[in-house]
Parts: sequence; C-alpha cells; structure tokens
Amino acid sequence: MIALWGRASQVELAAPLERAVWLLIDRETATSHRHARAYLVGDEPEDELPECDLYVTHHGRTLNGGRSFIQLPERFDYLTAGDILGFDSKGERVNVLWRHESLQNSVLLTERCDHYCLMCSQPPKNVDDDHLLDNAFELVRLLPQTTREIGFTGGEPTLYGDSLIKLLRLCRNLIPHSAVHVLSNGRRFSNLDFALDWAGIDNPNQMVGIPIYGPEPALHDYVVQSQGAFDHTVAGILNLGRLQQRIEIRVVVHKQTAPHLVEIAEFISRNLPFVEQVALMGLEMIGFARANINDIWIDPIDYRNELTEAVTLLDRKGLRALVYNHPLCLIDREVWPYAVRSISDWKNEYHPECLRCSVAHDCSGFFYSAKYRHSDHIKAIDPRGDAMHALPLLELAGR
Amino acid sequence: MSKFRLAEAFSAASDEWELLPFRFERFSPERVLVTNMVGEHLFLTGREFDDFMGRRLPNDSPLVRRLRAKHVIRQPNEQLPLDLLALKTRTRYRRLPMFTGLHIFVVSLRCEHSCPYCQVSRQSEDKASFDMSEETARRALDAVFRSPSSQIKIEFQGGEPLLNFQLIKDIVAEAKLRNLEEGRNLGFVIATNLALLDDEVLDFCGENDIYLSTSLDGPADLHNRNRPRPGNDSWERAVAGIRRVRETLGADRVSALMTTTERSLDRVTDIVDCYLEQGLREIFLRPLSPYGFAIKTKSFAAYDADRWLAFYEEGLEYILELNRRGLDVTEIFAAIILKKMLTNDDPGYVDLTSPSGIGIGALVYNYDGDVYASDEGRMLAEMRDTTFLLGNLHENSWEELILSPALLEPLEQSFTLSAPMCNECAFEPYCGADPVYHQATSGDYLGRKPVSSFCRRNMHIFKLLLERYESDPFAREIFLGWAGR
Repeated sequence: MIALWGRASQVELAAPLERAVWLLIDRETATSHRHARAYLVGDEPEDELPECDLYVTHHGRTLNGGRSFIQLPERFDYLTAGDILGFDSKGERVNVLWRHESLQNSVLLTERCDHYCLMCSQPPKNVDDDHLLDNAFELVRLLPQTTREIGFTGGEPTLYGDSLIKLLRLCRNLIPHSAVHVLSNGRRFSNLDFALDWAGIDNPNQMVGIPIYGPEPALHDYVVQSQGAFDHTVAGILNLGRLQQRIEIRVVVHKQTAPHLVEIAEFISRNLPFVEQVALMGLEMIGFARANINDIWIDPIDYRNELTEAVTLLDRKGLRALVYNHPLCLIDREVWPYAVRSISDWKNEYHPECLRCSVAHDCSGFFYSAKYRHSDHIKAIDPRGDAMHALPLLELAGR
Repeated sequence: MSKFRLAEAFSAASDEWELLPFRFERFSPERVLVTNMVGEHLFLTGREFDDFMGRRLPNDSPLVRRLRAKHVIRQPNEQLPLDLLALKTRTRYRRLPMFTGLHIFVVSLRCEHSCPYCQVSRQSEDKASFDMSEETARRALDAVFRSPSSQIKIEFQGGEPLLNFQLIKDIVAEAKLRNLEEGRNLGFVIATNLALLDDEVLDFCGENDIYLSTSLDGPADLHNRNRPRPGNDSWERAVAGIRRVRETLGADRVSALMTTTERSLDRVTDIVDCYLEQGLREIFLRPLSPYGFAIKTKSFAAYDADRWLAFYEEGLEYILELNRRGLDVTEIFAAIILKKMLTNDDPGYVDLTSPSGIGIGALVYNYDGDVYASDEGRMLAEMRDTTFLLGNLHENSWEELILSPALLEPLEQSFTLSAPMCNECAFEPYCGADPVYHQATSGDYLGRKPVSSFCRRNMHIFKLLLERYESDPFAREIFLGWAGR
C-alpha cells in the first residue's frame, strides 16, 4: 500500500498557506513561474535553492534560512517533482492528490451521494465539501500536457451540475490528450439538458462509468437503496447514447448481483448495445461492504461459471467486456484475456501464494482491503502444468 | 444494519402489474415459451405459466423479476419499459424508410446448363431475343437510383448472365458513372455457374470490386446429376472457378449457394464436406422453392417438409460438431434467424422479414423490361402466374412500379402483425411474410397456416434453435457468434 495521506514531520510557515494545492518542482522543472509551485528540496545545499514561495523536504531535512517549508514524513519518500500535494492552511495535513508516474490518478470530487449502495467503498457523507471541487480545478491547471489519464469520482460528481461541466471543459482545454473518466450513478443524465451540457463539452477522450446492478428495477434499486434509481439511470444512459457519448457500464459483482450476471449482460446487450464497454468488477471489502458482509460477500470461485457466461455473451454480441479486480486463479482460463490489472497501484496487494505463482505479473492481485475477507481458493498457478494453455492466452491479453 | 432497507422494500410495489404485448407457445405441458413484442424470450414451466396467467405470482417472486427484465409485464404507469420496447421496435424496422437495396438484373435468360429443377425456365443458348437490351438496362438503372436506399447492390442473374457479359460491363460502367453524383454505397454481384469464367471476366471483376456468387450442390456426382450441361462437367468447372476466384481476387470474393433436391437429402455431411474442401466456411442449407421447372418435374413434390427438416437438422448438428472441433463454419439460415432472435436487428432477408421483402427488399428487372417484386415472383411468372409483375420499364414510371397494387396489396395483406395466426404466433418476431410462396402453393398471399410448409418448416427450426440455445452451452456460444456476425 502506498501512503496518500499523512501528517507533516515539521512545519515552518511565515503565514498560513493561502492555497491548498501545490505542484512539486525541482531544479530541472523550475521556471520563473512560481504560482502554486513548491520546491522539493533535493540534496543541494540550502544556499543554492532557487527563490520559491514554499519548500518541501523529505524526511530528516530541515531548512534554517527562514524559508517556509514543510518536512514530509518518511512514508512520502517516494514523492518526486511533478507530483501534486494538498495541504491544509497550517501545512500539517498532507494529501497526495496526483502521482505523475501513476496511470490511475483518481480525484475525489465529493463525498455526497444520492445513493446508499450496500457495498459502497466510499460511504457517503452529507457534508459541505465543495473545497474538493475547488481543489480539482487547481489540480487540473497544474497538470502537464502529457497527462494521459485522469479519473473523477465521488460520492456523486454530477450533484455539482454546471460546476462539474466547467471542470470537464477545463480538462478538454488544458489536457486535451488525456483520457477523462468520470464515475457517476447516471441519474442526472435523465435530465436531457444536463446530458446535452455533458455532450457539449465535446471531448472525444471523455467517458462516463455508470453502474447497473440488475436487469430490472427491484434488484438494482435494492442494491443502491433508492426507489426509482434504475429507471433514472437507464433513462440517463439512453440520453447519453442518443448523444453518442462514450459509456462504460460497471457491474460490481457481489452476493446479490452474482446470480443475475447473465441476465444483466443480456439486458445490457439487448437494451443498451451502444455502450462502449462493460466492466464486471470484483468487490472491494471496505466501507459498507464490510458492514454488510453477510449480505454482500461471495467467494468469486462460486460465481465463476456465471462470470464466464456473461463475458462470453457480451463478447459475442460485440460489446467489449472487461473483468476488473479478479485474481486470475479465481476465474476461468477463457476469461483471462478480458481480465484487467485494474486495482489502483496504491492499494494493490498480493497474497503470499502469489510469490510462487507463474502469472502474478499479469494478475490484478488484491485490494489492500482483502485482508478483511478474501477467497479461500487463492492458489499459485504452476507454469509447468499449465504452460501450454497459459502462453497463448497471456499474449491475447495484450498486457 | 438498520440504515439499510431490505430487498422486499424494493420489489414490485403492487400486484397490479400490467401485461405488455407478449405471445406464447407450449413446447410441452411442462415447458412454455414466452416472447415479448420484439422477440426476447424466456421459458416458463407449465406451473409457472399458469400462475402467471392466473395472477397468482407474489410480488417478490423471481419470475416477476424475470418477466419485468424481459419486458413482458410492467408496473402501472412505468414508462421505461415502454421506451425501451419502442427503441427496440424502431431498431427492428429501421431499414424500411431506406427501401430496396437489392436490384436484380436478368441480363439474359439463356443458359448452357439444362438443370431439371431450374427455377427460371432457361431457354436454349442461341436465342438472342432473350437478352436484355441496352435501352432496357438504362431504364433499369434509372429505377435503381430512384430507390432511397443508401446501400445499393446490383446483382446480375440469368439464365447465365456471363452469356451477356458485354452488357454487364456497360451497366457497371454506367452505374459507377451515375454514382459519382449519387454517392450511394454501390456494390455488384454476378450470380454465375462459373462455367464461362475466363481471364477477361476475372480481370473485370478484380478492377471493379465485383463479387461472384455461384451454385455448388455438393459432391461431383450429386452436383452433375442436378446440373446437366454438355460434357457433364458442371462441378469440375464450378470448383475450378471457385479456386481461381479465391486465388486471384481473394477468398472472400466468391460465395456458393446450394439447391436441395431429393437426392441431396441423405447426403448433408457430404455436401458440407464439399464446401469445406473448397475453403468455403459459409453454408446455406436451403429448401427447394416451389417455382419454375421444380414443380413441372415434380422435384418439389418429391420430398415433403419433414424429410427436408431431418436433412437440415442433421446438417446443423454436423456443422456444430465441426465448430466443436475448432472449425469456424456458419450455417446461414440459422445465422439469419438467430440475429432476429438474439439482437434487435432484422437482416432483412427477403423470405424472412415482415413486411415482406418483396419490392422493398429487392426488385427484379427481367430481360424484357418487366419488373417483378422478387426473384421468386419472376419464377412464378414463368409459370404463367403474373401476380407479382409490377409493370414494365418501357411503359411505367418509378412511381407506378413502386406504388403498384401488385406490390402494395400483398405487402399489406401478408404483414405478420395483422395476418391471421401469425399475429398470435410466439415466433412472429423471428419469422416473415412470404406472399410469393403462398401464392405459388395455395393461390393467395396468406396461405393457410396449419397446412403451410413454410410455417411448418420455420416453426420447427425456431424450436430447434431455441432448444439448443437453452440446453447446450457450446451451441449457445456458437449461436451468439452467428447472431453477432
């Protein structure tokens, strides 16, 4: 697990910080532009440091020349220039907002949500956290043109309405080559005006990921704990489809949805065949998933047949099927080509059994939270016994 | 966790749910097929069906969920199921405004073969009066470009169209010239026995992206008995032609169709093997149609629907077995039906779509300028039944042809959603209207469904495909692939 939050080891500030978001620069990336830039001190002597509004040092390095600086704890030793940090005004709380070497940067826009999903990994809070959106604007302005991917999540980002549209416009203008992925429950798109605004952003790299948890309202509404959710969400997807927007359907597989995977795949392929891809996602055992463990937990080995059939159906009907968050040892071989190393690197873990597994480097591994509950069937895959099958399949995976 | 509500709180809120349009078919007392208005299907047990019809299902019954998911029922005032059904229905019929994509030019009725089952009553080879004239061809092209379809395919037929190759060349050149302004997606096919294939024809086809469609009835002895020609070498010429086309123009540039005769019925594996040997991976196991010489020579009466069905079933089984062994082979009739069963698309296959594909799917321009609503309509006319003659290119305008009662009446009368017995048939979404077939066999556009071989044959195949789809995971995967082609 890579640390993304922590407390500063030492703080010396001339005045409280007036901004929350800071881009780390070093000697090579420093320019005359000082706005929102914090200099990450390397091994140079203090008197050779360039002029800067704020300095950041790694653990153990102190500045004595009266400069404002924040010393990071040891767990942040991995940070380098190009990464982006968030500080509170006292500089004590440190939050890693962007790791430039990662392709899985996900930006939390709000913890508010109009759903209350049984397995939510980020349980909603009814708090005013608009500053998260403000920070996201700041963040996007600091990102380089070479940015390849940015994800926005919540909570429910579309609760911001116009402000979200503005943020996504900024993405299109400032990082036009970057994939922009937004996770949403899709309900707001049932309002055609909002869907039109979304389409009006006109960013071919923009995609929305929307969950569907059943082939009909009763199951979906139960999973998201909201009456009428299914109808709104599907109507939203239809609006986006009409406007030729890129859509990913996400199905989190758990005890409630697993028995209906094939029906869900049938529903999507017949009613929403215009979506770009369908992701079948393994459960992350945190948040409400832990609280509702008896209603939610199912060992992936117990639905591997349904998973295979759903993936086959989607694929044969011309939809791109993706399997997220499923270790290879728990799914059928024929599903391996669809499996994606999807778990964000910072919370990705492997089981001791993985150390002697021949395909661990191609495997999603586990969420950090698997320590709370994981399959009883995790098993190293032996290269000798399985090599004949494993080789061509792994090439197909294209990873 | 008291913060979370139980599943029951979200199940159908009232037992007042309403029926959406659906149809059913009892496969057995214990097994009932239910299809919704766009052909999505599910199987119920006899008990479940009775409870469903008697409204004895509890709200949280798993069957209520299944019926809702397949848009067979809805809650009162629920809008989404209607919107989705409307979208699927519109998708199904989306071809209609862009009508007539296929235009068949009978450039010559002459043929050097003398097949006893020939459905277009060939004439001997030397009668130049059975060739299409340049003037007729020009008028036919006028009609082609009056049709609103953005996809235009011109198919040259006969007789043997290569006997009038010069006209084919002229038509292709003229059509391409006109298309510079029209900007349609224009393609050409020559339906030929390949016996007259030579370098000039090959070069021309290569230069103009023309596809070739030929006849291959199976192994040499079967094919040559079906298709007599001087020298008794029809099979040898066809096979050599297929190979030459594949080698010079590309493997996808030639396809073959078979005609089924009584002699074919015991030999379906030989026929399939013959196709494989030629490198052909698409096989259309076709019934013999009741037109032309086929009826005169009693070929048609010689075997009934059941014998053909046994032939078809054995062939399909064999093709599935080949797939199981890793060979990618497709049976086209099943593929057309499966697309209608498992997707919202209607491939618009002329004999299996509703409204019928006559006229709006294809138009036939005969050598003498007569215009028919389908190729089978032309065959019927050769038997002196001109029901489907829409007019003549030299006498009638496009409007007169396309609005002819000879087209509109059979279209309207055979439309399956209003045709007696079709309208209540669970297989209606998979089937089609074939007014020409029924005109030929029973003298009206509708036919009498209980004795219609068309009906009997198609219903049997629909059941066969659905049963295999439900019970055999391997067949299901193959079928899904065929449907998605």
